[in-house]
Amino acid sequence: MATKIYIPRDSSALSVGAEKVAIAIAQEAKRRNLDAEIVRNGSRGLYWLETLVEVATENGRFAYGPVKVKDVASLFEADFLNAKPHALSLGLTEEIEWLKKQQRLTFARVGVTDPVSLEDYIAHDGYKGLKNALVQSGVEIVKAVTDSGLRGRGGAAFPTGIKWNTVLGCKADQKYIVCNADEGDSGTFSDRMIMENDPFVLIEGMTIAGIAVGATQGYIYLRSEYPHSLRVLNEAIAKAEMAGYLGEKILGSTHTFHLEVRRAAGAYVCGEETSLLESLEGKRGMVRFKPPLPAIEGLFGKPTVVNNVISLATVPIILDKGAQFYADYGMGRSRGTLPIQLAGNLKHGGLVELAFGITLRELLYDYGGGSATGRPIRAVQVGGPLGSFLPESQFDTPLDYEAFASIWAVLGHGGIVAFDDTVDMAKMARYAFEFCAIESCGKCTPCRIGSTRGVEVIDKIIAGTDTVKNIKLVRDLSDTMLNGSLCALGGMTPYPVLSAMNHFPEDFEIKKAKAAV
Amino acid sequence: MQVLQTKQDLISEVDTLKIDTLIAQHQDIPGALMPLLHSIQDSIGYVPESTYAPIAKALKLSIAEVHGVVTFYHHFRTHKPGRHVLQICRAESCQSMGAAALEAHAKKCLNVDYHQTTTDEAITLEPVYCLGNCALSPAVTLDEEVFGRVSAADLDALIFEARSPRVRV
Repeated sequence: MATKIYIPRDSSALSVGAEKVAIAIAQEAKRRNLDAEIVRNGSRGLYWLETLVEVATENGRFAYGPVKVKDVASLFEADFLNAKPHALSLGLTEEIEWLKKQQRLTFARVGVTDPVSLEDYIAHDGYKGLKNALVQSGVEIVKAVTDSGLRGRGGAAFPTGIKWNTVLGCKADQKYIVCNADEGDSGTFSDRMIMENDPFVLIEGMTIAGIAVGATQGYIYLRSEYPHSLRVLNEAIAKAEMAGYLGEKILGSTHTFHLEVRRAAGAYVCGEETSLLESLEGKRGMVRFKPPLPAIEGLFGKPTVVNNVISLATVPIILDKGAQFYADYGMGRSRGTLPIQLAGNLKHGGLVELAFGITLRELLYDYGGGSATGRPIRAVQVGGPLGSFLPESQFDTPLDYEAFASIWAVLGHGGIVAFDDTVDMAKMARYAFEFCAIESCGKCTPCRIGSTRGVEVIDKIIAGTDTVKNIKLVRDLSDTMLNGSLCALGGMTPYPVLSAMNHFPEDFEIKKAKAAV
Repeated sequence: MQVLQTKQDLISEVDTLKIDTLIAQHQDIPGALMPLLHSIQDSIGYVPESTYAPIAKALKLSIAEVHGVVTFYHHFRTHKPGRHVLQICRAESCQSMGAAALEAHAKKCLNVDYHQTTTDEAITLEPVYCLGNCALSPAVTLDEEVFGRVSAADLDALIFEARSPRVRV
């Protein structure tokens, strides 16, 4: 029987040469006349070990990494097909401490299966949630999602079940499920990983949402920076349609659900739900006033569920194992697990799914392994470009929506970007304003004008001009943006700016000292 | 932002035919404009201004609305790019791993700023804000292929490869 070799097809793995490794292994196996079957699985999310090559053994999969093309010949020499020792041996994959300690619920299949194999998906508990949903009423499904405590994983943390319930309660000839896959926050890639590495779980989650609230059409609004996700999703959707999991009369029931991927076009603001809906309708991504809520008047004026990829991809396991199973994880009002993304200047970056409650310090050092450069970690930005910068004194904060809110920070989409001590926080504050200026939709004045003025004032601070006066001016401007912006882009740009000034005043005042000399 | 104006704004007859076909294919789908603009850019590399009028007519929009949408989104280009597009991630995660130095290096080597094309028309340089490759920062893309943990030397090699005539049609 052919030995199975697993080589990831995830775009991050490809970014460090997984395709070349796969080709080299195939050629070498052929040259040596060895019976091997290469499976292109998803990534396990241990990105510093990519390309992570696994070999199936009687005891489970055995891992080697990070494998480069130059290592391929020596792997064959060492007889890696029989899991023999090699300098790159990592042991049994499931026993790797970093992975073993995780609580993978939403990411249960990621890295394990072939992403576009429906058979593989079903063999690994796929579509069990949908089967349960098909014998329940909409009210029962919505209740399960509500009882699970699932909150929107896109960043706003609004209870998913409550949103669904509003749409369920609306009478309309057409309703929509929209998946927000415009994952634009720096330091986040969990949506991408789901879409590339387990697309069926998202399709299943959206189908369940459609059945629950009575929506027959779904759209995945996918950022244009993810061409690889687009290909994988389209392939998976076509397979689900062929097998009767999408389309008319799903699995012989009376339910219909059609699904289509629509590409975004590089506007960060379109991650805001009303701007996203405008874009889907073929317009400029200008933020809408709320109310009306999208749940009541959303896409094309119809009741619409807009949920993040991770929220929707978590629905199948809730419907499969029950609301209580999911709610048993977590702390306080943050129930379940959070797929955390370790990014930036960390030695061991990747995807860590854990119940809420782990501290930032554990993530940065126990999982992240400290900085990649070996220097002290000075600042951490959590929750994307609109998230606060946290200093070392706040590293013991547990990952919990309320705990973060209490220190004027946000968990957002669970992205953690670490910076070493070479970071200049005045420059980071400037960048926050600059990014807001580039991405502002232009509808409200505080965001459109405030961001540009913010860059100018920070430039003066950096140049050491009237530092005290200009720091006061930035605070005043931030106050206007916080309170006067229409959406989170303008309204939260002050988070990185003010947190940088509050926690790292020396980076702003050194400029003042220099000027005084 | 300065866009390098070149002679290519005249569209070939072949491209005009392609665009007409794409408009016909898309005009009846809900919210057709974005998918249509994507299909045009995928097909010929940019969305020329001369397409606004036929698009507007087919989708029952004003030319101003089409112009507004094309120019709102960073992804759409209104001028023909070079044979290859090199994007450098400017977002925070990549900054924490030296993206600023990498972008300075790219601009210097190519002798262009963002949104400009090299004089040999080989490479258009663009900024990008996150490629979702943040665990392997800094990241760049060359014609949609993502590269992680990119050093200045890696970037030089990519540029060299893009400029050599044999590869990447």
